[in-house]
Amino acid sequence: MTKARKKPAQIHQWLLIGLGIVLATIMLIVPLILIFTQALSGGLQLLWQNLRADYMVHATKLTLLAALITVPLNLCFGILLAWCVTRYDFFGRRLLITLVEIPYATSPVVAGFCYLVVYGLEGVIGRWLYEKDVQLMFAWPGIIMVTLFVTAPYVARILIPLMQKQGSEEEIAALSLGANGWQIFRKITLPNIKWALLYGCVITNARAVGEFGAVAVVSGTIMNQTLTLPLLVEQLNNDYKTAAAFTAAALLASMALLTLVLKTIMEWRQQNREQQTTAQTVS
Amino acid sequence: MNLSLRFFRSTPILPGFPISFGFSVLYTSLVILLPISALMVYISGMSFQQYWFVITDARLLQSYKVTLSGAFYSTVIVTGFGFLLAWIITRYDFPGRRLLDSLVDLPFALPTSVAGLTLSTLFIPTGWLGQWFEPLGIKISYAFPGIVVAMIFTSIPFIVRSVQPVLEDMEAELEEAALMLGANKWQIFWRVILPTLTPALITGSSQAFIRSLGEFGAVIMIAGNIPFETEVTSLMLFVRLQEYNYPAAAAIASVVLFASLALLFLLQVMQTRFLNKS
Repeated sequence: MTKARKKPAQIHQWLLIGLGIVLATIMLIVPLILIFTQALSGGLQLLWQNLRADYMVHATKLTLLAALITVPLNLCFGILLAWCVTRYDFFGRRLLITLVEIPYATSPVVAGFCYLVVYGLEGVIGRWLYEKDVQLMFAWPGIIMVTLFVTAPYVARILIPLMQKQGSEEEIAALSLGANGWQIFRKITLPNIKWALLYGCVITNARAVGEFGAVAVVSGTIMNQTLTLPLLVEQLNNDYKTAAAFTAAALLASMALLTLVLKTIMEWRQQNREQQTTAQTVS
Repeated sequence: MNLSLRFFRSTPILPGFPISFGFSVLYTSLVILLPISALMVYISGMSFQQYWFVITDARLLQSYKVTLSGAFYSTVIVTGFGFLLAWIITRYDFPGRRLLDSLVDLPFALPTSVAGLTLSTLFIPTGWLGQWFEPLGIKISYAFPGIVVAMIFTSIPFIVRSVQPVLEDMEAELEEAALMLGANKWQIFWRVILPTLTPALITGSSQAFIRSLGEFGAVIMIAGNIPFETEVTSLMLFVRLQEYNYPAAAAIASVVLFASLALLFLLQVMQTRFLNKS
Protein backbone atom coordinates (compact mmCIF):
# COMPACT_ATOMS: atom_id res chain seq x y z
CA MET A 1 0.00 0.00 0.00
CA THR A 2 2.46 2.63 1.13
CA LYS A 3 4.99 3.68 -1.39
CA ALA A 4 8.53 2.56 -0.67
CA ARG A 5 10.63 5.47 0.51
CA LYS A 6 13.92 6.10 -1.22
CA LYS A 7 17.15 5.85 0.63
CA PRO A 8 18.72 9.26 0.04
CA ALA A 9 21.54 8.77 -2.45
CA GLN A 10 22.65 12.14 -3.73
CA ILE A 11 24.32 14.91 -1.81
CA HIS A 12 21.52 17.41 -2.23
CA GLN A 13 19.05 14.92 -0.77
CA TRP A 14 21.22 14.47 2.29
CA LEU A 15 21.53 18.25 2.54
CA LEU A 16 17.75 18.65 2.47
CA ILE A 17 17.32 16.01 5.16
CA GLY A 18 20.12 17.56 7.21
CA LEU A 19 18.58 21.01 6.99
CA GLY A 20 15.17 19.66 7.97
CA ILE A 21 16.58 17.77 10.94
CA VAL A 22 18.63 20.75 12.15
CA LEU A 23 15.66 23.12 11.96
CA ALA A 24 13.35 20.59 13.60
CA THR A 25 15.89 20.05 16.36
CA ILE A 26 16.07 23.79 17.04
CA MET A 27 12.33 24.32 16.99
CA LEU A 28 11.07 21.07 18.53
CA ILE A 29 13.71 19.07 20.38
CA VAL A 30 15.79 21.81 22.03
CA PRO A 31 12.68 23.37 23.68
CA LEU A 32 11.75 19.98 25.12
CA ILE A 33 15.23 19.43 26.51
CA LEU A 34 15.19 22.93 28.01
CA ILE A 35 11.91 22.30 29.85
CA PHE A 36 13.19 19.18 31.58
CA THR A 37 16.65 20.62 32.27
CA GLN A 38 15.14 23.69 33.90
CA ALA A 39 12.69 21.64 35.94
CA LEU A 40 15.58 19.51 37.21
CA SER A 41 18.00 22.41 37.65
CA GLY A 42 17.30 22.68 41.38
CA GLY A 43 17.79 18.98 41.94
CA LEU A 44 15.29 16.17 42.39
CA GLN A 45 14.50 17.28 45.94
CA LEU A 46 13.25 20.67 44.78
CA LEU A 47 11.37 19.14 41.88
CA TRP A 48 9.54 16.82 44.26
CA GLN A 49 8.82 19.71 46.62
CA ASN A 50 7.44 21.82 43.78
CA LEU A 51 5.34 18.95 42.52
CA ARG A 52 3.80 18.41 45.94
CA ALA A 53 3.06 22.08 46.59
CA ASP A 54 -0.62 22.75 47.31
CA TYR A 55 -1.15 24.98 44.32
CA MET A 56 0.43 22.43 41.96
CA VAL A 57 -1.71 19.57 43.22
CA HIS A 58 -4.82 21.71 43.05
CA ALA A 59 -4.08 22.96 39.54
CA THR A 60 -3.40 19.41 38.36
CA LYS A 61 -6.71 18.20 39.76
CA LEU A 62 -8.65 21.07 38.20
CA THR A 63 -6.96 20.55 34.84
CA LEU A 64 -7.76 16.84 34.86
CA LEU A 65 -11.35 17.51 35.93
CA ALA A 66 -11.82 19.86 32.99
CA ALA A 67 -10.47 17.21 30.62
CA LEU A 68 -12.53 14.47 32.24
CA ILE A 69 -15.79 16.35 31.65
CA THR A 70 -14.89 17.82 28.27
CA VAL A 71 -13.64 14.72 26.48
CA PRO A 72 -16.75 12.48 26.85
CA LEU A 73 -19.17 15.31 26.00
CA ASN A 74 -17.28 16.36 22.90
CA LEU A 75 -16.81 12.72 21.95
CA CYS A 76 -20.60 12.20 21.90
CA PHE A 77 -21.02 15.43 19.99
CA GLY A 78 -18.35 14.49 17.47
CA ILE A 79 -19.81 11.05 16.78
CA LEU A 80 -23.40 12.26 16.43
CA LEU A 81 -22.41 15.20 14.26
CA ALA A 82 -20.18 13.10 12.01
CA TRP A 83 -22.95 10.51 11.66
CA CYS A 84 -25.47 13.22 10.86
CA VAL A 85 -23.43 14.97 8.16
CA THR A 86 -21.94 11.89 6.52
CA ARG A 87 -24.95 9.57 6.50
CA TYR A 88 -27.65 12.01 5.37
CA ASP A 89 -27.75 14.77 2.82
CA PHE A 90 -29.96 17.59 3.94
CA PHE A 91 -30.50 21.30 3.60
CA GLY A 92 -27.89 23.18 5.63
CA ARG A 93 -25.48 20.25 5.87
CA ARG A 94 -22.48 22.27 4.74
CA LEU A 95 -23.48 25.13 7.01
CA LEU A 96 -23.47 22.80 10.01
CA ILE A 97 -19.99 21.55 9.12
CA THR A 98 -18.74 25.13 8.82
CA LEU A 99 -20.34 26.25 12.09
CA VAL A 100 -18.52 23.52 13.96
CA GLU A 101 -15.25 24.92 12.60
CA ILE A 102 -15.85 28.27 14.32
CA PRO A 103 -14.07 27.44 17.60
CA TYR A 104 -11.11 26.31 15.55
CA ALA A 105 -10.75 29.72 13.93
CA THR A 106 -11.78 31.85 16.90
CA SER A 107 -9.10 33.42 19.05
CA PRO A 108 -9.36 31.73 22.46
CA VAL A 109 -9.45 35.11 24.23
CA VAL A 110 -12.45 36.10 22.13
CA ALA A 111 -14.11 32.80 22.97
CA GLY A 112 -13.60 33.34 26.67
CA PHE A 113 -14.95 36.86 26.41
CA CYS A 114 -18.09 35.68 24.58
CA TYR A 115 -18.83 33.35 27.48
CA LEU A 116 -18.28 36.19 29.90
CA VAL A 117 -20.84 38.25 27.99
CA VAL A 118 -23.48 35.51 28.31
CA TYR A 119 -22.87 34.14 31.78
CA GLY A 120 -21.15 37.06 33.48
CA LEU A 121 -22.98 39.84 35.27
CA GLU A 122 -23.22 41.83 32.04
CA GLY A 123 -25.63 39.40 30.41
CA VAL A 124 -29.30 38.58 31.02
CA ILE A 125 -28.62 34.91 31.71
CA GLY A 126 -25.70 35.77 33.96
CA ARG A 127 -27.74 38.17 36.07
CA TRP A 128 -30.56 35.68 36.37
CA LEU A 129 -28.09 33.04 37.52
CA TYR A 130 -26.62 35.54 39.96
CA GLU A 131 -30.02 36.04 41.54
CA LYS A 132 -30.27 32.27 41.88
CA ASP A 133 -26.84 32.40 43.51
CA VAL A 134 -25.15 30.37 40.78
CA GLN A 135 -21.71 31.57 39.79
CA LEU A 136 -20.31 30.14 36.59
CA MET A 137 -17.74 32.72 35.53
CA PHE A 138 -14.55 33.22 37.56
CA ALA A 139 -15.15 29.74 38.95
CA TRP A 140 -14.47 26.18 37.80
CA PRO A 141 -17.70 25.68 35.80
CA GLY A 142 -16.68 28.58 33.57
CA ILE A 143 -13.34 26.93 32.89
CA ILE A 144 -15.10 23.76 31.80
CA MET A 145 -17.59 25.64 29.62
CA VAL A 146 -14.94 27.48 27.62
CA THR A 147 -12.89 24.30 27.33
CA LEU A 148 -15.97 22.62 25.82
CA PHE A 149 -16.16 25.42 23.25
CA VAL A 150 -12.49 25.34 22.35
CA THR A 151 -12.29 21.56 21.94
CA ALA A 152 -15.68 21.02 20.29
CA PRO A 153 -14.47 20.55 16.68
CA TYR A 154 -11.66 18.01 17.07
CA VAL A 155 -13.45 14.63 17.17
CA ALA A 156 -15.82 15.73 14.41
CA ARG A 157 -12.97 17.00 12.26
CA ILE A 158 -11.21 13.65 12.46
CA LEU A 159 -14.33 11.53 11.95
CA ILE A 160 -16.05 13.40 9.12
CA PRO A 161 -13.47 12.79 6.35
CA LEU A 162 -13.00 9.19 7.47
CA MET A 163 -16.71 8.32 7.57
CA GLN A 164 -17.23 10.14 4.29
CA LYS A 165 -14.58 7.99 2.67
CA GLN A 166 -15.90 4.76 4.14
CA GLY A 167 -19.40 5.42 2.85
CA SER A 168 -22.57 3.85 4.19
CA GLU A 169 -22.83 0.68 2.08
CA GLU A 170 -21.94 -1.61 4.98
CA GLU A 171 -24.47 0.06 7.27
CA ILE A 172 -27.21 -0.11 4.64
CA ALA A 173 -26.46 -3.81 4.13
CA ALA A 174 -26.79 -4.37 7.88
CA LEU A 175 -30.07 -2.45 7.88
CA SER A 176 -31.47 -4.62 5.10
CA LEU A 177 -30.49 -7.68 7.14
CA GLY A 178 -32.71 -6.37 9.91
CA ALA A 179 -30.24 -4.72 12.29
CA ASN A 180 -31.51 -1.77 14.32
CA GLY A 181 -29.77 1.58 14.61
CA TRP A 182 -27.82 0.79 17.75
CA GLN A 183 -26.70 -2.59 16.38
CA ILE A 184 -25.54 -0.96 13.16
CA PHE A 185 -23.52 1.59 15.06
CA ARG A 186 -22.02 -0.91 17.51
CA LYS A 187 -21.25 -3.70 15.08
CA ILE A 188 -20.43 -1.85 11.85
CA THR A 189 -19.57 1.80 12.35
CA LEU A 190 -17.74 1.64 15.66
CA PRO A 191 -15.18 -1.01 14.68
CA ASN A 192 -14.43 0.95 11.50
CA ILE A 193 -13.77 4.20 13.29
CA LYS A 194 -12.48 2.85 16.60
CA TRP A 195 -8.90 4.06 16.36
CA ALA A 196 -9.76 7.38 14.82
CA LEU A 197 -12.18 7.87 17.69
CA LEU A 198 -9.53 7.19 20.30
CA TYR A 199 -7.20 9.45 18.40
CA GLY A 200 -9.87 12.16 18.55
CA CYS A 201 -10.13 11.66 22.32
CA VAL A 202 -6.38 12.01 22.74
CA ILE A 203 -6.31 15.23 20.71
CA THR A 204 -9.34 16.66 22.52
CA ASN A 205 -7.76 15.77 25.83
CA ALA A 206 -4.48 17.45 24.90
CA ARG A 207 -6.26 20.64 23.90
CA ALA A 208 -8.46 20.56 26.99
CA VAL A 209 -5.47 20.18 29.28
CA GLY A 210 -3.48 22.86 27.50
CA GLU A 211 -6.06 25.58 26.86
CA PHE A 212 -4.76 28.94 28.03
CA GLY A 213 -6.33 32.03 26.46
CA ALA A 214 -9.99 31.20 26.94
CA VAL A 215 -9.46 29.86 30.42
CA ALA A 216 -7.39 32.91 31.38
CA VAL A 217 -10.35 35.15 30.60
CA VAL A 218 -12.98 33.32 32.64
CA SER A 219 -10.87 31.96 35.46
CA GLY A 220 -10.13 35.08 37.46
CA THR A 221 -6.81 33.36 38.29
CA ILE A 222 -7.42 32.68 41.95
CA MET A 223 -4.62 30.58 43.46
CA ASN A 224 -5.80 27.17 44.70
CA GLN A 225 -9.23 27.76 43.21
CA THR A 226 -9.35 28.55 39.53
CA LEU A 227 -5.81 28.06 38.29
CA THR A 228 -5.29 25.31 35.76
CA LEU A 229 -1.78 24.08 35.03
CA PRO A 230 -1.20 26.24 31.91
CA LEU A 231 -2.32 29.31 33.87
CA LEU A 232 -0.12 28.29 36.74
CA VAL A 233 2.90 28.23 34.40
CA GLU A 234 2.30 31.86 33.50
CA GLN A 235 1.48 32.92 37.04
CA LEU A 236 4.61 31.36 38.54
CA ASN A 237 6.74 32.85 35.78
CA ASN A 238 5.31 36.31 36.46
CA ASP A 239 6.19 35.84 40.13
CA TYR A 240 9.77 34.97 39.10
CA LYS A 241 9.41 31.43 40.44
CA THR A 242 11.14 30.04 37.39
CA ALA A 243 11.95 26.59 38.75
CA ALA A 244 8.35 26.04 39.85
CA ALA A 245 7.06 27.38 36.53
CA PHE A 246 9.23 24.89 34.68
CA THR A 247 8.07 22.11 36.98
CA ALA A 248 4.49 22.75 35.92
CA ALA A 249 5.72 23.07 32.34
CA ALA A 250 7.52 19.73 32.60
CA LEU A 251 4.36 18.11 33.91
CA LEU A 252 2.42 19.44 30.92
CA ALA A 253 5.24 18.53 28.53
CA SER A 254 5.17 14.95 29.82
CA MET A 255 1.45 14.81 29.10
CA ALA A 256 2.13 16.22 25.64
CA LEU A 257 4.77 13.56 24.97
CA LEU A 258 2.37 10.86 26.14
CA THR A 259 -0.19 12.34 23.76
CA LEU A 260 2.27 12.08 20.87
CA VAL A 261 3.05 8.44 21.66
CA LEU A 262 -0.63 7.49 21.90
CA LYS A 263 -1.47 9.47 18.79
CA THR A 264 1.24 7.74 16.78
CA ILE A 265 0.04 4.30 17.88
CA MET A 266 -3.58 5.09 17.07
CA GLU A 267 -2.90 6.60 13.67
CA TRP A 268 -0.86 3.57 12.83
CA ARG A 269 -3.65 1.21 13.94
CA GLN A 270 -6.28 3.11 11.97
CA GLN A 271 -4.11 2.99 8.84
CA ASN A 272 -3.56 -0.73 9.30
CA ARG A 273 -7.28 -1.24 9.67
CA GLU A 274 -8.00 0.69 6.48
CA GLN A 275 -5.37 -1.28 4.59
CA GLN A 276 -6.89 -4.54 5.80
CA THR A 277 -10.36 -3.53 4.66
CA THR A 278 -9.06 -2.39 1.29
CA ALA A 279 -7.17 -5.65 0.93
CA GLN A 280 -10.35 -7.58 1.72
CA THR A 281 -12.40 -5.67 -0.84
CA VAL A 282 -9.75 -6.20 -3.48
CA SER A 283 -9.45 -9.96 -2.95
CA MET B 1 -43.91 14.73 2.70
CA ASN B 2 -43.27 17.51 0.24
CA LEU B 3 -41.56 19.50 2.91
CA SER B 4 -39.32 16.67 4.01
CA LEU B 5 -38.31 16.05 0.41
CA ARG B 6 -37.23 19.64 0.17
CA PHE B 7 -35.23 19.38 3.39
CA PHE B 8 -33.50 16.15 2.45
CA ARG B 9 -31.47 16.19 -0.73
CA SER B 10 -31.63 12.40 -0.79
CA THR B 11 -34.02 10.18 1.13
CA PRO B 12 -32.51 9.16 4.46
CA ILE B 13 -32.10 5.41 4.67
CA LEU B 14 -30.26 4.78 7.91
CA PRO B 15 -32.01 5.33 11.23
CA GLY B 16 -30.85 7.88 13.78
CA PHE B 17 -31.41 11.13 11.95
CA PRO B 18 -33.58 12.82 14.61
CA ILE B 19 -31.22 12.12 17.50
CA SER B 20 -27.96 12.89 15.67
CA PHE B 21 -29.34 15.99 13.98
CA GLY B 22 -31.16 17.18 17.10
CA PHE B 23 -28.21 16.77 19.41
CA SER B 24 -25.71 18.27 16.94
CA VAL B 25 -27.84 21.33 16.33
CA LEU B 26 -28.67 21.81 20.01
CA TYR B 27 -25.05 21.43 21.10
CA THR B 28 -23.75 23.69 18.31
CA SER B 29 -26.31 26.33 19.24
CA LEU B 30 -25.65 26.22 22.97
CA VAL B 31 -21.90 25.84 22.99
CA ILE B 32 -20.87 27.72 19.87
CA LEU B 33 -23.61 30.01 18.55
CA LEU B 34 -25.11 31.38 21.77
CA PRO B 35 -21.89 32.97 23.10
CA ILE B 36 -20.97 34.35 19.69
CA SER B 37 -24.39 35.88 19.09
CA ALA B 38 -24.35 37.29 22.61
CA LEU B 39 -21.26 39.24 21.61
CA MET B 40 -23.09 40.55 18.53
CA VAL B 41 -26.06 41.61 20.65
CA TYR B 42 -23.74 43.34 23.07
CA ILE B 43 -22.06 45.22 20.22
CA SER B 44 -25.38 46.28 18.74
CA GLY B 45 -26.05 48.17 21.96
CA MET B 46 -23.14 50.48 21.21
CA SER B 47 -23.41 53.55 19.05
CA PHE B 48 -21.38 53.62 15.85
CA GLN B 49 -19.28 56.55 17.03
CA GLN B 50 -18.46 54.79 20.28
CA TYR B 51 -17.57 51.58 18.44
CA TRP B 52 -15.46 53.39 15.86
CA PHE B 53 -13.67 55.37 18.57
CA VAL B 54 -12.68 52.19 20.39
CA ILE B 55 -11.51 50.18 17.40
CA THR B 56 -9.42 53.00 15.90
CA ASP B 57 -7.53 53.80 19.07
CA ALA B 58 -3.88 54.44 18.18
CA ARG B 59 -2.47 51.75 20.46
CA LEU B 60 -4.96 49.25 19.07
CA LEU B 61 -4.20 50.20 15.47
CA GLN B 62 -0.55 49.49 16.18
CA SER B 63 -1.51 46.11 17.64
CA TYR B 64 -3.36 45.21 14.39
CA LYS B 65 -0.18 45.98 12.53
CA VAL B 66 1.96 43.88 14.87
CA THR B 67 -0.47 40.95 14.74
CA LEU B 68 -0.94 41.01 10.98
CA SER B 69 2.73 41.38 10.14
CA GLY B 70 3.70 38.75 12.72
CA ALA B 71 1.16 36.32 11.28
CA PHE B 72 2.30 37.14 7.75
CA TYR B 73 6.02 36.62 8.32
CA SER B 74 5.51 33.50 10.40
CA THR B 75 3.16 32.00 7.81
CA VAL B 76 5.64 32.60 4.99
CA ILE B 77 8.50 31.07 6.98
CA VAL B 78 6.51 28.15 8.34
CA THR B 79 5.14 27.32 4.89
CA GLY B 80 8.70 26.81 3.67
CA PHE B 81 9.82 24.98 6.78
CA GLY B 82 6.70 22.81 6.97
CA PHE B 83 6.98 21.94 3.31
CA LEU B 84 10.60 20.87 3.81
CA LEU B 85 9.63 18.67 6.78
CA ALA B 86 6.69 17.10 4.95
CA TRP B 87 8.90 16.49 1.91
CA ILE B 88 11.72 14.70 3.70
CA ILE B 89 9.30 12.70 5.88
CA THR B 90 7.32 11.38 2.91
CA ARG B 91 10.11 11.07 0.35
CA TYR B 92 13.15 9.71 2.11
CA ASP B 93 14.06 6.95 4.46
CA PHE B 94 16.51 8.14 7.07
CA PRO B 95 17.26 7.36 10.71
CA GLY B 96 14.88 9.23 13.01
CA ARG B 97 12.19 9.65 10.36
CA ARG B 98 9.37 8.20 12.46
CA LEU B 99 10.44 10.23 15.48
CA LEU B 100 10.44 13.40 13.41
CA ASP B 101 7.02 12.51 12.04
CA SER B 102 5.62 12.18 15.57
CA LEU B 103 7.36 15.28 16.89
CA VAL B 104 5.72 17.47 14.25
CA ASP B 105 2.58 17.44 16.39
CA LEU B 106 4.39 18.62 19.51
CA PRO B 107 3.32 22.28 19.09
CA PHE B 108 -0.25 21.04 18.92
CA ALA B 109 0.01 18.90 22.04
CA LEU B 110 2.10 21.30 24.11
CA PRO B 111 0.09 23.98 25.94
CA THR B 112 0.74 27.40 24.43
CA SER B 113 1.86 28.94 27.71
CA VAL B 114 4.51 26.23 28.06
CA ALA B 115 5.64 26.91 24.51
CA GLY B 116 5.84 30.64 25.21
CA LEU B 117 7.77 30.21 28.44
CA THR B 118 10.22 27.80 26.82
CA LEU B 119 10.82 29.77 23.64
CA SER B 120 11.31 33.00 25.55
CA THR B 121 13.87 31.32 27.83
CA LEU B 122 15.66 29.87 24.79
CA PHE B 123 15.87 33.13 22.89
CA ILE B 124 16.86 35.62 25.60
CA PRO B 125 20.38 37.04 24.93
CA THR B 126 21.89 34.62 27.46
CA GLY B 127 19.69 31.70 26.40
CA TRP B 128 20.78 28.55 24.59
CA LEU B 129 19.73 29.89 21.21
CA GLY B 130 19.61 33.63 21.90
CA GLN B 131 23.36 33.79 22.50
CA TRP B 132 23.97 33.09 18.80
CA PHE B 133 21.80 36.01 17.76
CA GLU B 134 23.12 38.44 20.36
CA PRO B 135 26.45 39.19 18.53
CA LEU B 136 24.47 39.85 15.35
CA GLY B 137 22.48 42.46 17.22
CA ILE B 138 19.23 40.55 16.82
CA LYS B 139 16.93 40.62 19.79
CA ILE B 140 14.32 37.86 19.68
CA SER B 141 12.71 37.41 23.10
CA TYR B 142 10.74 40.45 24.29
CA ALA B 143 10.82 41.94 20.78
CA PHE B 144 8.92 41.56 17.51
CA PRO B 145 10.97 38.57 16.21
CA GLY B 146 9.87 36.69 19.33
CA ILE B 147 6.25 37.01 18.23
CA VAL B 148 7.18 35.55 14.85
CA VAL B 149 9.09 32.67 16.47
CA ALA B 150 6.13 31.84 18.73
CA MET B 151 3.72 31.92 15.78
CA ILE B 152 6.05 29.73 13.70
CA PHE B 153 6.20 27.18 16.49
CA THR B 154 2.43 26.90 16.92
CA SER B 155 1.86 26.72 13.13
CA ILE B 156 4.26 23.89 12.22
CA PRO B 157 1.71 21.02 12.39
CA PHE B 158 -0.84 22.83 10.22
CA ILE B 159 1.41 23.00 7.17
CA VAL B 160 2.99 19.57 7.53
CA ARG B 161 -0.29 17.77 8.16
CA SER B 162 -2.05 19.35 5.18
CA VAL B 163 0.79 18.77 2.71
CA GLN B 164 1.83 15.30 3.89
CA PRO B 165 -1.21 13.26 2.77
CA VAL B 166 -1.12 14.83 -0.70
CA LEU B 167 2.58 14.09 -1.09
CA GLU B 168 1.92 10.56 0.15
CA ASP B 169 -0.83 9.98 -2.42
CA MET B 170 0.98 11.61 -5.29
CA GLU B 171 1.45 9.09 -8.04
CA ALA B 172 5.00 8.26 -8.88
CA GLU B 173 3.79 7.54 -12.43
CA LEU B 174 3.13 11.22 -12.95
CA GLU B 175 6.70 12.14 -12.17
CA GLU B 176 8.05 9.22 -14.16
CA ALA B 177 6.00 10.25 -17.15
CA ALA B 178 7.37 13.77 -16.91
CA LEU B 179 10.87 12.37 -16.65
CA MET B 180 10.32 10.18 -19.73
CA LEU B 181 9.08 13.19 -21.65
CA GLY B 182 12.41 14.80 -20.98
CA ALA B 183 11.61 17.08 -18.08
CA ASN B 184 14.47 17.83 -15.72
CA LYS B 185 14.22 17.79 -11.93
CA TRP B 186 13.35 21.48 -11.63
CA GLN B 187 10.72 21.27 -14.32
CA ILE B 188 9.16 18.27 -12.58
CA PHE B 189 9.11 20.14 -9.30
CA TRP B 190 7.69 23.38 -10.68
CA ARG B 191 5.33 21.96 -13.31
CA VAL B 192 4.18 18.69 -11.77
CA ILE B 193 4.69 18.54 -8.02
CA LEU B 194 4.04 22.12 -6.96
CA PRO B 195 0.73 22.57 -8.84
CA THR B 196 -0.61 19.36 -7.29
CA LEU B 197 0.39 20.59 -3.85
CA THR B 198 -0.94 24.14 -4.19
CA PRO B 199 -4.42 23.46 -2.72
CA ALA B 200 -2.94 21.73 0.33
CA LEU B 201 -0.37 24.48 0.77
CA ILE B 202 -3.06 27.15 0.58
CA THR B 203 -5.24 25.31 3.10
CA GLY B 204 -2.36 24.74 5.48
CA SER B 205 -1.01 28.25 5.34
CA SER B 206 -4.45 29.83 5.71
CA GLN B 207 -5.02 27.71 8.80
CA ALA B 208 -1.63 28.73 10.12
CA PHE B 209 -2.40 32.39 9.41
CA ILE B 210 -5.80 32.27 11.11
CA ARG B 211 -4.34 30.56 14.14
CA SER B 212 -1.48 33.04 14.34
CA LEU B 213 -3.90 35.97 14.28
CA GLY B 214 -5.63 34.61 17.38
CA GLU B 215 -2.57 33.18 19.14
CA PHE B 216 -2.35 34.39 22.71
CA GLY B 217 -0.55 32.19 25.24
CA ALA B 218 2.69 31.60 23.37
CA VAL B 219 2.89 35.16 22.06
CA ILE B 220 2.30 37.10 25.26
CA MET B 221 4.98 35.17 27.11
CA ILE B 222 7.68 35.98 24.58
CA ALA B 223 6.58 39.36 23.20
CA GLY B 224 7.42 41.53 26.20
CA ASN B 225 4.11 43.33 25.55
CA ILE B 226 5.54 46.82 25.10
CA PRO B 227 2.73 49.25 24.20
CA PHE B 228 2.89 50.46 20.58
CA GLU B 229 5.63 47.93 19.85
CA THR B 230 4.93 44.32 20.69
CA GLU B 231 1.31 44.17 21.78
CA VAL B 232 -0.90 41.83 19.78
CA THR B 233 -4.62 42.43 19.38
CA SER B 234 -5.76 39.54 21.59
CA LEU B 235 -3.60 41.00 24.36
CA MET B 236 -5.30 44.39 23.94
CA LEU B 237 -8.62 42.64 24.40
CA PHE B 238 -7.29 41.01 27.55
CA VAL B 239 -5.97 44.32 28.87
CA ARG B 240 -9.34 46.04 28.37
CA LEU B 241 -11.01 43.15 30.16
CA GLN B 242 -8.76 43.49 33.16
CA GLU B 243 -9.69 47.17 33.28
CA TYR B 244 -13.35 46.02 33.34
CA ASN B 245 -13.89 48.08 30.21
CA TYR B 246 -16.40 45.65 28.71
CA PRO B 247 -17.66 47.80 25.82
CA ALA B 248 -14.11 48.36 24.57
CA ALA B 249 -13.28 44.67 25.03
CA ALA B 250 -16.42 43.72 23.13
CA ALA B 251 -15.56 46.02 20.25
CA ILE B 252 -12.05 44.59 19.96
CA ALA B 253 -13.38 41.03 20.28
CA SER B 254 -15.81 41.68 17.44
CA VAL B 255 -13.02 42.94 15.17
CA VAL B 256 -10.93 39.83 15.84
CA LEU B 257 -13.95 37.57 15.46
CA PHE B 258 -15.11 39.13 12.18
CA ALA B 259 -11.61 38.91 10.75
CA SER B 260 -11.18 35.24 11.63
CA LEU B 261 -14.71 34.25 10.58
CA ALA B 262 -14.31 36.07 7.27
CA LEU B 263 -11.07 34.19 6.65
CA LEU B 264 -12.67 30.89 7.69
CA PHE B 265 -15.60 31.31 5.30
CA LEU B 266 -13.29 32.45 2.52
CA LEU B 267 -11.22 29.32 3.01
CA GLN B 268 -14.33 27.12 3.02
CA VAL B 269 -15.61 28.72 -0.17
CA MET B 270 -12.24 28.35 -1.86
CA GLN B 271 -12.05 24.72 -0.86
CA THR B 272 -15.47 23.85 -2.23
CA ARG B 273 -15.37 26.10 -5.30
CA PHE B 274 -12.05 25.58 -6.94
CA LEU B 275 -9.59 23.61 -4.86
CA ASN B 276 -11.57 20.38 -5.02
CA LYS B 277 -11.98 20.56 -8.76
CA SER B 278 -8.34 19.97 -9.51
